[in-house]
Amino acid sequence: MELLSGADMIARFLKDEGVEHIYGYPGGAALHIYDALFRQDSVKHILVRHEQAATHAADGYARATGKPGVVLVTSGPGATNAVTGIATAYMDSIPMVVLCGQVMSHLIGEDAFQETDIVGVTRPVVKHSFSIKHPSEIPEVLKKAFYLAATGRPGPVLVDIPKDMTSPTERYEYVYPKKVKIRSYNPVTRGHTGQIKKAVDMMLKARRPVFYTGGGIITGRASEALTDLVQRLGFPITTTLMGIGGFPQGDRCSLGWLGMHGSYEANMAMHHADLIVAIGARFDDRVTNNTSKFCPTAKIVHVDIDPSSISKTVRADVPIVGAAGSVISEMISLLQDREPASPDALAEWWKSIDGWRAEREGKLYEPSKPGEALKPQEVIEAVYRATRGEAFVTTDVGQHQMFAAQYYKFAKPNRFITSGGLGTMGFGFPAAMGVKLNFPQDDVVCFTGEGSFQMMMQELSTCKQFDVGVKIVNLNNQSLGMVRQWQDLNYKSRHAHSYMESLPDFAKLIEAYGFTAIKVTTIDELEPALERAFADTHELVFLDIYVDPFEHVYPMQVPLGSMRDMLLSKTERT
Amino acid sequence: MRHIISILLENEPGALSRVVGLFSQRNFNIETLNVAPTEDPSLSRLTVTTVGDDRVIEQITKHLNKLIDVVKLVDLTEGNHIERELMLVKVKALGASRDEVKRTADIFRAQVVDVTPSVYTVQITGDAGKLDAFVQAMAPIGILEVARTGVSGIARGDKLLSL
Ligand SMILES: Cc1ncc(C[n+]2csc(CCOP(=O)(O)OP(=O)(O)O)c2C)c(N)n1
Ligand SMILES: [Mg+2]
Repeated sequence: MELLSGADMIARFLKDEGVEHIYGYPGGAALHIYDALFRQDSVKHILVRHEQAATHAADGYARATGKPGVVLVTSGPGATNAVTGIATAYMDSIPMVVLCGQVMSHLIGEDAFQETDIVGVTRPVVKHSFSIKHPSEIPEVLKKAFYLAATGRPGPVLVDIPKDMTSPTERYEYVYPKKVKIRSYNPVTRGHTGQIKKAVDMMLKARRPVFYTGGGIITGRASEALTDLVQRLGFPITTTLMGIGGFPQGDRCSLGWLGMHGSYEANMAMHHADLIVAIGARFDDRVTNNTSKFCPTAKIVHVDIDPSSISKTVRADVPIVGAAGSVISEMISLLQDREPASPDALAEWWKSIDGWRAEREGKLYEPSKPGEALKPQEVIEAVYRATRGEAFVTTDVGQHQMFAAQYYKFAKPNRFITSGGLGTMGFGFPAAMGVKLNFPQDDVVCFTGEGSFQMMMQELSTCKQFDVGVKIVNLNNQSLGMVRQWQDLNYKSRHAHSYMESLPDFAKLIEAYGFTAIKVTTIDELEPALERAFADTHELVFLDIYVDPFEHVYPMQVPLGSMRDMLLSKTERT
Repeated sequence: MRHIISILLENEPGALSRVVGLFSQRNFNIETLNVAPTEDPSLSRLTVTTVGDDRVIEQITKHLNKLIDVVKLVDLTEGNHIERELMLVKVKALGASRDEVKRTADIFRAQVVDVTPSVYTVQITGDAGKLDAFVQAMAPIGILEVARTGVSGIARGDKLLSL
C-alpha cells in the first residue's frame, strides 16, 4: 500500500494515465501540486505565459493526437484566464482536462483572496466538472475526468482542487484506478441496425446524394472507414471546417468544405441534392445558412454520437445515434450484401457537379501582378507547396483562417487545427506550440493575422524556453480583415475600428526573443523566404508577409439565403 | 404544450444548478420546479413543468439526458399520470368574509391549518388547474400570501421511474 499526499497523487496519476505534457502556470492555490511536479520527472510541465495559452496548447495537442490535453492553473485569475480556451474546446468537442487550484475548503464562499467559483463560471462550457471534497478521492475523480473528456462526444472537464486537498502533510492510500464507472453515463457506440439499413436503402436509391461530414469523423477516428465508404459508393463528399482532412481533399469525390465560405461546388451540390448523409456534423448556422431554405429537395440521414445534435436545427428523416466509425463500418458491411447501384445512376449528378467545378475553375481569386501587393491566397498556396502539403496547420481567426482552409489541401485527419465553433482569435499560435511539442520532427505552421497574433504573442517567450520550432506565417493585411470585409459589405465601408494602426515592427519584436523573422512584401521575395523558413524544422521562424488589405474571402453565402445563394467575388453573385 | 418532466438526479452538490443552468442557457422555459431527495439517499427527484412544441421538448429531454448528473428521466405527460401540487394561502378573514373563506375552502376540499383573529391559512392540494381556480375564488376576499410547491407527479399504473 502506498501513501501519498493529494498533490503527489495528482502527479502520480498523470504519470499512470500516460500523460507526457501538461500546460500550466503556477500560483498560490496550486503550489503544492507544483512542488509535487518538481519532485518527479515523468510528466513534463510546459510553462506558458498566459493561462489562455495553456488551454489552447493543450487543445492543439488534443486535436493533433486525439488524446486529452491537460492544463494546470491556479485559482481566481489563473482559472478565469483559462475560460476562453475551455469554451473553445467545448464548442469543438475537444477532449481536455483542466486542473484548477482553489482556495482552502474552509475559505470557500468567503470571497477569499483569489477565490472565484470557477465551477460556476465554466458550467455552460464544460462537459462536466468536479470539486474535490477529500484527498482520498483524487485518483478516482481524475480517472472519471479523463474518461468523460475522451469518450462519447468529447469535451473539456474541469477539476477544482482546494489547496488543503493537496496538503503535503496528509497522506492517503493511492491506487491507480484502471477503470471507472459512472452510472448515469453510458455513451452509445453502435447505431440502431434498422435505422442503418434504412439509410443504406436510401443511399442505393439516391440519384443526387452528398456526404456531409464533420469533426465527428476526426474525433471518432473514422476517416479511414469514411474514405472506404465514399469510394465504394462514388458519392461526392463535402466536409465542414472542423471535418477537413476526414476525407482526402485531393480525391475526385471531394468537393472541399461547405457553408458560409465553403466551395461553390459543395454548396451547389448540397442545395440540389436528393439525399444528404450527414455524419459527425451538427448543421450549425455557418453551414446551413437559412434553415428554412436549406436543401429543399433532400432527405436527410443524420449520424451523430450526441442525440441532442440530431434534429436540433434541421429535422433528420433518418436519425442514427452512434459513433461515426461503428455506424460507417456497419453501412459498409450492409452494402457488401447488396446489389450495387448501377454505375450510371450517378452519371447525371456528376455531370452537374463537374459543371459547377468548371464554372469556377481559375476564377477563385486574381493572383497579384508584378509590383502589386501579394494576395493572401497565393501565399497559402506557396506554403502548401513548400511543405508538400504535409504540415500540421493551425490558424487564428479571420480572413487568413478561411484562406488557409480553402487553399491548403489536406489529405489526412488531425492536420488542420482551427477554432471553428467559438472562432477564438489567439488560438493559432499556442495551439501550434502544443502540436509541435509532440511532433518535433514535423513542420507545424501557424497561419495568423496581425490582429490575432497580438492576442497571444507573449508565447514567444514559451517557445524560447522550450525550443518550440513553429513556423508563424503572419498574413499582414494591416487590418482586422474579416471585420473590415463585413463592414465593406454591410456598412458601406465604414471601417469602425477594424484597422490596425501602430503595428509593431514584427521583425524586431521576434528578434528580441532571439528568433528569425523575415519580412516579405513582393512576390519574388516569397519563395526564397519560404525556403529559408522551412530549411530547419526545429527553428522558430516568423514570416511577416504583407498582403493586399482590400481582399475579401469568397465565396460568401448571402445572409438569410439558401446554400446556393453566394457572392462569388466583389462583382459576381449566384 | 405543457409537459411535466421528472428526473432522477445524482444527489451531488452542483447537480441542481446544472439542470437549472441548462434551461436558462438554452432559452428553455421553466414554469415550476420541485426537488427533494428520494428513498435512495444518493438520488434526488426533480420535477419540472415546461412549455414548448415537440421540437423544443425533444431538445430539452435530450440535453437533460446529456448532463452527467441526470440518471434517468421521464416525460410524464406522454402517458397517464397523477399530478399534484400543494399550496398554502393566507387569506384575510375578518367579519363576514371569515365564513366565506371557510365555505370556499370546503368546496375545494382545502383545510384551514392556522388561524389568527384576522387571517386564515389554508392548505390545498390538487393539480395546477384546481389551485389556480382556488386562487381566483379567494382573490375577491383578499389573498395576503401564496406559497406553492410546484408540480410533482408520478405515472399511473405499474410504470416506474427508478434505476
Ligand atoms: C477573441 C476574438 N475577438 C474578436 C473576434 C472577432 N473577429 C473575427 S475575425 C477578426 C479580425 C481578425 O483580424 P486578423 O487576425 O488580422 O485576421 P484577418 O481577418 O485580417 O486575416 C475579429 C476581430 C474574434 N473572432 N475573436
Ligand atoms: Mg489582419
